[in-house]
Amino acid sequence: MNNAIAASDLVKTYPKGKVKALDGLSLEVEEGTVLGVLGPNGAGKTTCVRVLATLLKPDSGSATVAGVDVIKNPDQVRKLIGLSGQYAAVDETLTGWDNLVMFGRLYHLSNSQAKARATELLEQFKLTESAKRAITTYSGGMRRRLDLAAALIVRPKVLFLDEPTTGLDPRGRLDMWDAIKDLVAGGATLLLTTQYLEEADQLADDIIVIDHGKVIANGTSDELKAQVGGEKLEVTVAPSSLLATKAALELITSHEAQVDEQFNRISIAVAGGSAALSDVVRALDGRSIEILDLALKRPSLDDVFLALTGHVAEIEEEAEVKPKGRRR
Amino acid sequence: MSAIKDGLIITKRQLLQLSRVPEVLIFSTIQPVMFVLLFRYVFGGAIDTPGTDYVQFLMPGIFVQTVAFTLATTSVGLAMDMTKGLIDRFRSLPIARSAVILGRTLGDATLNIVVLLVMAITGVVVGWRPSSGIVSILAGFLLLMLFGYAMSWIGILIGLSVRDARTANNLVFLIVFPMTFLSNAFAPTTAMPRVLQYFAEWNPVSTMVAACRELFGLENAFGVTAGSFPSENPVLMSLVYIAIIMAILVPVSVAKYKRTSSK
Ligand SMILES: Nc1ncnc2c1ncn2[C@@H]1O[C@H](COP(=O)(O)OP(=O)(O)OP(=O)(O)O)[C@@H](O)[C@H]1O
Ligand SMILES: [Mg+2]
Repeated sequence: MNNAIAASDLVKTYPKGKVKALDGLSLEVEEGTVLGVLGPNGAGKTTCVRVLATLLKPDSGSATVAGVDVIKNPDQVRKLIGLSGQYAAVDETLTGWDNLVMFGRLYHLSNSQAKARATELLEQFKLTESAKRAITTYSGGMRRRLDLAAALIVRPKVLFLDEPTTGLDPRGRLDMWDAIKDLVAGGATLLLTTQYLEEADQLADDIIVIDHGKVIANGTSDELKAQVGGEKLEVTVAPSSLLATKAALELITSHEAQVDEQFNRISIAVAGGSAALSDVVRALDGRSIEILDLALKRPSLDDVFLALTGHVAEIEEEAEVKPKGRRR
Repeated sequence: MSAIKDGLIITKRQLLQLSRVPEVLIFSTIQPVMFVLLFRYVFGGAIDTPGTDYVQFLMPGIFVQTVAFTLATTSVGLAMDMTKGLIDRFRSLPIARSAVILGRTLGDATLNIVVLLVMAITGVVVGWRPSSGIVSILAGFLLLMLFGYAMSWIGILIGLSVRDARTANNLVFLIVFPMTFLSNAFAPTTAMPRVLQYFAEWNPVSTMVAACRELFGLENAFGVTAGSFPSENPVLMSLVYIAIIMAILVPVSVAKYKRTSSK
């Protein structure tokens, strides 16, 4: 199999700030597969995407997209890729329709081709009804969908999606996942960044976890979860039942349980998710232990980080108030 | 060649914007029209312009000031694009790198045509009567368009250099207001202190105003620099200024655009 995307030893230091946004980053994405790039704020995800999408020249290292050198041959690469950046990149004052036709024209489609494609994409992304409204009236989810549509105009073989669901409500996130799954089914190669382990889990064949511009872990989502310790069950019971519960849980799962006496909570690693859940309920029921609260915790990005680095992802100060525009 | 074709698509985008948000067009014409009326009726009586009535003297000045403000239109528009993700999309498309800025300058030039037309009509309504003949008058407007276009390229550089649109706007006002007031646009330079007169009369705004006055059929009066090259050849001198600006700014701006990433 060929690599649709390959990068090796990418280094990028922004002139202002002296942060090494990329510090020897390497990655490979096989044709027709999805790579999830997982990392906290400031990890270097956007920088990585910008380098691969020819928007930024790295200080050193090399990268190819569909076999074409990103640094030596950016014009060629631009013909092959679609990009949907972290912030929706469409003309706000224009309508959805105007935007798609304009981008189509800029991809050198004829006027009628551009219009036909716009109609098609608006349909595909459920935007037909709002096609003639200015983007300023769109919700965040609609904007993201339009942005993704714009990235798909010429049916690119290689797609870069930078945090496609950040800021979307659960419903919008599910819609976006569906759209992305369709693309993958259509055979596109995809590099997708995200802050959510669950998202990478849903969409990606392979995952790399990056922090401070470096890959700190890679593998399939199952492999990563195994490293993190997989899913956890948290059971809250009356204080008097704590020890009995602990014993019961350890018997079922053959893992060691942690007891949190302050909250009367016991947490334990489980394999098999919801199946384990019903086993536990049955077992505790059989012992007449009343369950006050029961929760299945999927490992979060924080858990991954905790397991990999021994510290929780440092969220940069700017994370909350990050301006939409350029940072200098 | 494809840069021009792609550029025209960007221009079209700008014109579409104008049709979607017509307020922009309205405000960019109201301001010059207001200037015409204010100067004509408020200062008109107070400023002495020997040999002609003030409105004939004033209109070329206001025309030049207005096209000089293309600097603001272009720099603010581009700075706004640059701070949004949109420019990233443009840069990831297989189009010539110069297309985006070329398209913007052409779009702003188109806007200038509309603004100049509205101003000319207002001028005629309040008594402006160019007396030189149709060819000269058209030549005058062509020169104004060229000057505006050159300003647009300075605007590109400013738009690429500043942090945000507001800074661009403030900076442009800091440049354009002194340039237009330290000129012969609104009053004869002869009332200025001697030193300022030298500056005012070599100022490209002045040569532009003088050129337009000449092309619209008006004798132009220079003060201390009477007999100098600019005062004798304002049209030629204006073209030289425009050529110099373009020769420097086009390559510099294009290079800067290629280097600047939007973040
Ligand atoms: N234009 C810039 N100038 C200076 N530093 C920058 C610039 N852009 C990013 N950085 C810095 O580079 C590092 C990596 O940034 P990057 O945007 O790639 O992170 P990210 O993983 O995309 O984060 P987020 O999840 O917040 O989008 C950060 O420390 C950031 O502050
Ligand atoms: Mg980012």
